[in-house]
Amino acid sequence: DRRPLTQVVPGADPAARQLCFEWGPAEVLVCETLFGRRGGVPSPGPALTGSVVTGGGEGGPGSSRVFVVRRDQDIYIQTLRKLFNESHGIFIGLQRSEEEFTGKSRKAQLVQVSKNYRSVIRACMEDMHQAAVTTRDPALHSQYSTQVSILSAMELIWNLCEILFVEAAAAGPLLLRLLDWVRLHVCDVDNMVHEVLSSENPSKHKLFWNAVDVFVLQGRMDEARHLLSKEASANPTSVSTYKILDDLMKKMPVPNLGNTQTLTELELKWQHWHEECQRYLQDGTFASNSHMESICKILLGDENAILEKKELMTTWYHFLVTRLLYSHPTVKPMELRFYAQACMDLFLGEESSPEPLDTILMAAFEFELHQVIKECSIALSNWWFVAHLTDLLDHCKLLQSHNLYFGSNMREFLILEYASGLFSHHSLWQLGVDYFDHCPEYGRVYLELHIERIPLNTEQKALKVLRICEQRQMHEQVRSICKIMAMKALRNNRLGSALSWSIRAKDAAFATLISDRFLKDYCERGCFSDLDLIDNLGPSMLLSDRLTFLGKYREFHRLYGEKRFSEAAKLLLMLMTAHIAPCSFWMTLLTDALPLLEQKEVIFSAEQTYELMRCLEDLTAGKSDKQKFQDDDVETMKVEMLRLALARNLARVIVKEGTLEGS
Amino acid sequence: QDNRLSVWSVGELGNGGPGGEYPGEPQLLCDIRHDGDVMDMQFLDQEKIVVASSTGSVTVFRHHQNNQTLSANQRWEKAHYHVDRDSFCGGAACTGVICNNPEIVTVGEDGRINLFRADQKDAVRTIDNADSSTLHAVTFLRTTEILTVNSIGQLKIWDFRQQRNEPSQIFSLTGDRVPLHCVDRHPNQQHIVATGGQDGMLSIWDIRQGTMPVSLLNAHEAEMWEVHFHPSNPDHLFTCSEDGSLWHWDTSTDISEKPSFLHQGGRSTTYFSHNTINQSVVSAWLSNDPTKDRMEITNLIPNQTLSVNSLDILGPCLVYGTDGEAIYVNRQLFA
Repeated sequence: DRRPLTQVVPGADPAARQLCFEWGPAEVLVCETLFGRRGGVPSPGPALTGSVVTGGGEGGPGSSRVFVVRRDQDIYIQTLRKLFNESHGIFIGLQRSEEEFTGKSRKAQLVQVSKNYRSVIRACMEDMHQAAVTTRDPALHSQYSTQVSILSAMELIWNLCEILFVEAAAAGPLLLRLLDWVRLHVCDVDNMVHEVLSSENPSKHKLFWNAVDVFVLQGRMDEARHLLSKEASANPTSVSTYKILDDLMKKMPVPNLGNTQTLTELELKWQHWHEECQRYLQDGTFASNSHMESICKILLGDENAILEKKELMTTWYHFLVTRLLYSHPTVKPMELRFYAQACMDLFLGEESSPEPLDTILMAAFEFELHQVIKECSIALSNWWFVAHLTDLLDHCKLLQSHNLYFGSNMREFLILEYASGLFSHHSLWQLGVDYFDHCPEYGRVYLELHIERIPLNTEQKALKVLRICEQRQMHEQVRSICKIMAMKALRNNRLGSALSWSIRAKDAAFATLISDRFLKDYCERGCFSDLDLIDNLGPSMLLSDRLTFLGKYREFHRLYGEKRFSEAAKLLLMLMTAHIAPCSFWMTLLTDALPLLEQKEVIFSAEQTYELMRCLEDLTAGKSDKQKFQDDDVETMKVEMLRLALARNLARVIVKEGTLEGS
Repeated sequence: QDNRLSVWSVGELGNGGPGGEYPGEPQLLCDIRHDGDVMDMQFLDQEKIVVASSTGSVTVFRHHQNNQTLSANQRWEKAHYHVDRDSFCGGAACTGVICNNPEIVTVGEDGRINLFRADQKDAVRTIDNADSSTLHAVTFLRTTEILTVNSIGQLKIWDFRQQRNEPSQIFSLTGDRVPLHCVDRHPNQQHIVATGGQDGMLSIWDIRQGTMPVSLLNAHEAEMWEVHFHPSNPDHLFTCSEDGSLWHWDTSTDISEKPSFLHQGGRSTTYFSHNTINQSVVSAWLSNDPTKDRMEITNLIPNQTLSVNSLDILGPCLVYGTDGEAIYVNRQLFA
């Protein structure tokens, strides 16, 4: 295992100030403390592959600065967003495709998924390339170019994994797939060939034989023969040798995809053909033309002859495939490892040591899946690649479900890491949700923790987060988010919004809070604010007692305004006797009853008047002597007035009720 | 955050644009940085676009077609704000904008309604605290009247000719006061209004009568973000939702001519029985007798994943955008 990379946090000077740090979900906060350096070994931020983003505050002697060190920089690269979004769609499609298919059709389905992933990588590569070409900023240009090569390497590795693991090509087709793989990733050929063909005298072009050689090395016999024919027509003396070579190339047996021949048949044919080539070489047929002779040697799989064309092949894996083509076309998957190691050693020789890419490919040839994943995780700066590849391989049932010592399996671990990275992005977090959904063990917990930390700067964003929580029955989070939004609304004096959030969370306590605010406003101002809200509460009124009271109280005012006094009176009384009104409000209610008592017409019946008196007595009895002493004159006067009004009303109503009608 | 306003071309630009793209793919013509999220936008005229921002400002951008650039033409900063206009974080998101050249009406999370005029620096009229909850969307009812929907399930009509700051009419949903997110008016018959709610319900209102919706149609499984009548073919209605679907509601009466087994991807649902004769008088949207009307509903998105946030239609062309950072264009809607 290699030591992780250290990242310097620019601006943070451990020699000047003692630094402290704190881990966050996807970032590290490094800040300068008040203490100066007193010696000792400084240890700024831990090893990370990200870079510093901001430093806040002035740099004066007294103030401290805070650095936010982000772990994953890649998610902020604009052109990679397409990769994340498209691959999300493919990932979801894969998870949703249940095993309706089995066997061959399932395999075909998985190969298609793999191809989809690869085409997304390629599309992204092209966009990145476009960006690199059109940008004028040299720093950006180099960043884009680096990204292009990283993406290209990713596609190379993925393609190999697709051949070896997903498709699990058997001996025969295996070689064809490997040939396609090599042809796809060595691009210089086409340019070179184009240059040769478009020249006046192709066969005299200095790159002519290079082009022919490359075609042969890649097993592209038809194209090689086509080029050779140009030589033959330009150089009549070599026609006879050309004819023999052409014939050999035409007759070369290759594995084919249909099952029209068995491996043994192929091997026999190939053996015959090999011997024929051998004879021609030994007869000295090609002695006159060194180029053709070397081609014949290549056809015979002569290691040295092939190695001579090192520059044309550029990579050891090209060398490997060429060697296999011309010496063991029926190679079995499990045999690859021996050839691979040998070829890499031969190709690289003494001077160079394998690069990370080489190690990864070698691990693939050795069918060491876990090694491949591990190496990729170390080499790449972002979890995207390993997360998706591992998930696909898991669907191919290739990963043993051995548990890592912290409980989940490798697939889940990688997806959790990837998705957590997404959550630190202000917009890509939505993709992360679906990834967490498909992690059976820890996905939900991770989601619960992350979803509460998404900054909610608009209501629309809050609604989206809430919908996600509700769909997954995450009631705690729903309540918590609604409370935050309701509190914000309340602070901004948006009482209607606050109520709307409490209704969504079915939060009775908050609804009570809001109603109290309304009532307080009413007491202070003498009128209701936001009548449109209170008049239209509808069934949500029942959410909290206080809210119900508010609605009913407003109804009382409305009834009074419409001069429906008896109904208003009944309602008022009911509010007190049914204990819907809070005790603190009873005085106000009784005061509201005053105008009704003073009406010309008697409104309250005797029963009702007795009730009112009882309420008043309950209210005043509840106060201790001390409180009564502290009550100012207004209070005592109110009580007196009420008592008087009640008494008068009682008198009138007794008379009225006692009087017979019509007499 | 790097938010941008972009202009794309989806017309037949000849075989492939500068990058050799497929002739069908939308091409980016120009874009410009935008401060805050783009909450809503609309064309003011051929060249100008009005954009509502989550920072509370409203900007008019100009699209210069000769050199394909965008520039900010006019801006009303802090058109929407909470409590104290000048405080640092006082901005409130502007949630909806509607234009009727030269007038622009905006609404926001601060419950405020602004009436602007293009090229006038200050608002022509502002109704503070028009609503105690968030106003989610606005549309013109007549030249001097607008419709707004809010987060306590109310549809309000405001008349700018009146000086008082009260709505001239208030409509509410029956039952729970589910927040309403979008509103649109029938292009020809101005009394028909459609709204979409947080529970995905589509409500059709007749504002001449009653204070409750005429019909409630159970549509999506999550918030309905936008509803649009087709401007030239108003028997067709389109809705998009957080659940990732986009529905095409078709009440046109020539359904008998369409073979019933041809559907555009996804599921189509209810078929009611059919009566063609008297349809011309009463709009199909208002008839709430299920035995008399036939409505065909189609989901236009086969593999739905993330939310469809916005849509627009013109002629045979439908455009919609999703949370998967993708824009989809369907140029043969009625094929």
